[in-house]
Amino acid sequence: MKTAIEIENLAHNYGLVKALKPLNMSIESGTLFGFIGPDGAGKTTLFRILTSLLLPTQGKAKVLGLDVVNDFRKLRPLLGYMPGRFSLYQDLTVEENLNFFAKLFKTSIEENYHLIKDIYDQIAPFKNRLAGKLSGGMKQKLALSCALIHKPDLLFLDEPTTGVDVVSRAEFWEMLRKLKNHGITIVVSTPYMDEAALCDKVALIQKGKILQTDSPQNIMENFSKPLFSVKSINRNSLSKDIETFGKTDSFYWFGDSIHWIGSDDKDADLLRIYLQQKKHEDLEIEKINASIEDCFMDLMKGNHE
Amino acid sequence: MKGFIIKEFLQIFRDYRSMAILFGIPIAQILLFGFALNMDLNNAHIAIVNKSGDSKSIELINKINSSDYFIVDQVFNSEKDIEAAFQQGEIKEVIVIPEDFSARLATNQKVELQVVADASDPNTASILVNYTQAVVSSFQQQNIKGSSTSLPLIQVESRFKYNESLKSVYMFVPGVFTIILMLVSAMMTSISIAREKELGTMEILLVSPITPVQIILGKVFPYVLLSFINAGLILLLSAFVFGMPFSGSITLLLAEALLFILMALSLGIFISTVSNSQQTAMLLSMFALLLPTILLSGFVFPIKNMPDVLQWLSHLMPGKWFIIIVKAIILKGAGIAELWKETLIIFSMTLFFIGLSVKKFNIRLSTN
Amino acid sequence: MNKAVVVRDLTKKFGTFTAVNKLNFEVDKGEVFGFLGANGAGKTTAIKILCGLSKPSSGQVTVAGFDAYKQSELIKKNIGYMSQRFSLYDDLTIAENIRFYGGIYGLKRVEIQSKIKEYVKKLNLEEFEGRKVIDLPLGIKQKLAFSVANVHNPAIIFLDEPTSGVDPITRRQFWDMIYLEAAHGKTIFVTTHYMDEAEYCDRITIMVDGKIEALDSPSKLKKEFNTQNISEIFLKLSRKQNTSQN
Repeated sequence: MKTAIEIENLAHNYGLVKALKPLNMSIESGTLFGFIGPDGAGKTTLFRILTSLLLPTQGKAKVLGLDVVNDFRKLRPLLGYMPGRFSLYQDLTVEENLNFFAKLFKTSIEENYHLIKDIYDQIAPFKNRLAGKLSGGMKQKLALSCALIHKPDLLFLDEPTTGVDVVSRAEFWEMLRKLKNHGITIVVSTPYMDEAALCDKVALIQKGKILQTDSPQNIMENFSKPLFSVKSINRNSLSKDIETFGKTDSFYWFGDSIHWIGSDDKDADLLRIYLQQKKHEDLEIEKINASIEDCFMDLMKGNHE
Repeated sequence: MKGFIIKEFLQIFRDYRSMAILFGIPIAQILLFGFALNMDLNNAHIAIVNKSGDSKSIELINKINSSDYFIVDQVFNSEKDIEAAFQQGEIKEVIVIPEDFSARLATNQKVELQVVADASDPNTASILVNYTQAVVSSFQQQNIKGSSTSLPLIQVESRFKYNESLKSVYMFVPGVFTIILMLVSAMMTSISIAREKELGTMEILLVSPITPVQIILGKVFPYVLLSFINAGLILLLSAFVFGMPFSGSITLLLAEALLFILMALSLGIFISTVSNSQQTAMLLSMFALLLPTILLSGFVFPIKNMPDVLQWLSHLMPGKWFIIIVKAIILKGAGIAELWKETLIIFSMTLFFIGLSVKKFNIRLSTN
Repeated sequence: MNKAVVVRDLTKKFGTFTAVNKLNFEVDKGEVFGFLGANGAGKTTAIKILCGLSKPSSGQVTVAGFDAYKQSELIKKNIGYMSQRFSLYDDLTIAENIRFYGGIYGLKRVEIQSKIKEYVKKLNLEEFEGRKVIDLPLGIKQKLAFSVANVHNPAIIFLDEPTSGVDPITRRQFWDMIYLEAAHGKTIFVTTHYMDEAEYCDRITIMVDGKIEALDSPSKLKKEFNTQNISEIFLKLSRKQNTSQN
């Protein structure tokens, strides 16, 4: 399999702030790759270096076989890039924006229409509306259409789903899966942990450091600590009581239940007895598989400096 | 490139406020300066110290008094009274005629007229002094005709030689012309580039195959056209509303205007390369460009009255050279033969700023 | 008075477009109330009205006991507001921000001084004292913004996507802060795009197309819609709306 991105000892500092700590990794072409991490983890910095917009402080990166520093002229036309904030011309209409970006890349809407058809069809009824007046979900679709109009070999999407509702987010990922089938390598970043499962491969990133890189399935399966879901009708006192239970590695709320990690499986039985003594009725404790968020939080704890 | 220019025009025409600035301000400025800010002075009260008291000096006093500009309030015999006259506040200027006025004139010797003006209002003072010189010069010319003997020159301000009627609107048009072209070209370009940075569209442009030179040209072209239309508008207004005479070649004037517009645009691009937001771009063009142009180009304050440092600084103001060119073409009818030096200066400035902008225009995002 | 918010038949129209259509709900004092909905469903419009920033077209709205038509200034004094997009001034220090907001709400100098000390201690900001807000990690910034929204001890705090982009651990710590305030009788009105956070609320509403389509506690809603989580309810509601449109 061909390599789309090759990163060697890459790092970036803003003054004294280490935005990106030395990093080695590669991304295979044809994959849907996700950088998963909170704001300020270094995702945008990494994307800007890989799109040749920012010079790295140290290290090397090759994108599509081209060096991001020296070969940036050859590289740029091959990339599609959708920056984190909405960066289209708000005072141009939907169609004018798309036309502009097509001309910018010396192509036409017709030439690559097959690529954007699914996406653009949804906003086509509003093609004469100013881009600034579109709703969030539609802006996002227009931005994606504009980034795709020149049929890039590699697409960088920086937090395309941030601040977008669940429904639009689901639709957006659906579109990305279809695009992948056109043979485009897609690199996407997101702060939403649940979206990791939709990628072929992910890198969990925090405080400028990659915590782990693998397929989401492998990451979840390799979580070795005993993880239990704890549910009780008496929600308010549940976390307080778990706090006073001695043998706890960590516990976090996940919606209506607490994800509890002990040192081994037997601790869970002790926890059950302890909580029953504390008069928790309808207590449900069951062993569960880790989600990406469980893994991320566990890795985060080891990344304090 | 074509796509880029089309996009620029769409954006410009869709932004009503910018359009208002683009065409509203020049018209308002010209009308304002032409009608409201008429700096012509009429009936200024002055005093004369006549140390000579002979017939020629009386003749000069009558000449001054009969002009529309001055009313001679008092005539003193000695300079001692000057201070008191000024203190009362009515008197704006005192002219001192030396003792041997007639005698020196008769023997063709140099005569020095001392003019003391109340400089608490420097503008009025400088205008009054200029008026005085104009009146004295016409007195001298009459005497040449009258006596047919050549009189020694009494200092004459050359600036007024070509604008005998001394109407200030003629003086203002070149200045306003310069400032408008500067404002519209430099400020609008710098703001429109800064806006792309602010909205993040610059990121996408940079990642696209379009080169920095193409971005700059695409930004510049629409504004060259609009500024040029603006220039024509100002000239038409001054010709038809104020009856400004055009002595020189209109073609040359427009060509020089085009050169100056290019200079201002390259300055605007340079400003945008050092500012990341529309606000910075706007403030920079206002304070780093517009104010110095107004203050140091000779538009408001005569350059020769400035301290040496400012005079030297004024040479760096592109506006100064352009005002000289415009005045010379409109009022004197000068051609390129007389103006090649100023033209060359603006031309070199243009090259300098274009070079600087292309060099400074980041092919990447700045690291802050 | 035990109701923090009372809304009856609230409607807001912009021209012919009905952004908010006959909303009906009440929020109890001390309740954590989740306000969910797709982008453009009318959430923002409704929140603006509840915060006294915009007047309803029709219907009755009472916030903290004050009428949204006539007493919007009083409403503003008695609520706190925090959003992900804007809350603190990046170029001011922590103390300057607290002083500024304290000043806006008419706190006395002594009170502000003690608030500064309290927040620095509560949020472990000692090492950041005197630094500009822009230099703070996002998680700390959000916690500080929440405290600042609370500086004048309002009856209700509105939180507009307070945890957007925040790391998972800090996100949970943020919710601990929310619970603590609610336990003190403060009403919390919150919007979020994290569906697990919806479950942390006492009750949630889901708005679709200007109307409230669901309103109850998360566990009851899950039973009612027969789903495992809130996210599925969301998808069900929007599909239902899509099919009814086509």
